[in-house]
Amino acid sequence: MIPAHYFIVLSAILFGLGVVAFIFKRNIISIFMSIELMLNAVNLAFVSFSQTWGQLNGQIFVLFVIVVAAAEAAVGLGIIILIASNRQSLNVERVDLLKL
Amino acid sequence: MSVELIVFFALAALAVGGALSLIFQRHPIHSALSLIVVMIALAGLYLLMGAEFVAAVQIIVYGGAIMVLFVFVIMLLNAGVEERTNMSKLAGYAGIPLALALTSFLAAALTRSSDAVQASAATGTAAPTKALAMLLFQDFVYPFELTSFLILVAILGAIVLAQRETSR
Repeated sequence: MIPAHYFIVLSAILFGLGVVAFIFKRNIISIFMSIELMLNAVNLAFVSFSQTWGQLNGQIFVLFVIVVAAAEAAVGLGIIILIASNRQSLNVERVDLLKL
Repeated sequence: MSVELIVFFALAALAVGGALSLIFQRHPIHSALSLIVVMIALAGLYLLMGAEFVAAVQIIVYGGAIMVLFVFVIMLLNAGVEERTNMSKLAGYAGIPLALALTSFLAAALTRSSDAVQASAATGTAAPTKALAMLLFQDFVYPFELTSFLILVAILGAIVLAQRETSR
């Protein structure tokens, strides 16, 4: 039996890597993918807590997170297509209309 | 060292390596393929924990549907190698230390809270998928129905966003 905190630490590491990718990537699609990575890390923590407690509610939460991620991907990629056709670029530095 | 532990470390190394590859690849399609590696490794970890249904959903929905959507959009937009522009000074200097601090804080706090329940840990349920279905369609049936409404709204939003202006 693997101790639960191994999974928790792995989940924290993956979340941190997702944050680093979110900060340092310049391509808007890569930034969106790093959000998916963070959601996956949270899912891992949910499932490991679910196994630790011996209750299945955590796995239900994971299913809801996956549904929300799918909806978010559909809408977000639609927005990305709009940005790409309006600004002719996928670089987030060039999408700065709200910047003073 | 038991077999389970070896499998765990192999899958964990695969997941962390995929995440690092996502950061260091310059081309978005390479990042997307790295993310698929992470998701498959996570599905293996779910199997290791005995959450078969979540593992199957992870592969079908995440590895299948969502990542295909990503790859499709990358190809549709013909996204090239990401160009290096000078980032903000705060992100450049404080980004890595702050991310490290966040990771260690999360790991410490979550590990402490999971150690507290370690003594009362159950050995796992007999038929997880059946119990999961019972829970999902009895206790959580109202949120479950609400998610279908959420997906409907997302479909409408995606169609409205992606349609051409001239097609009205």
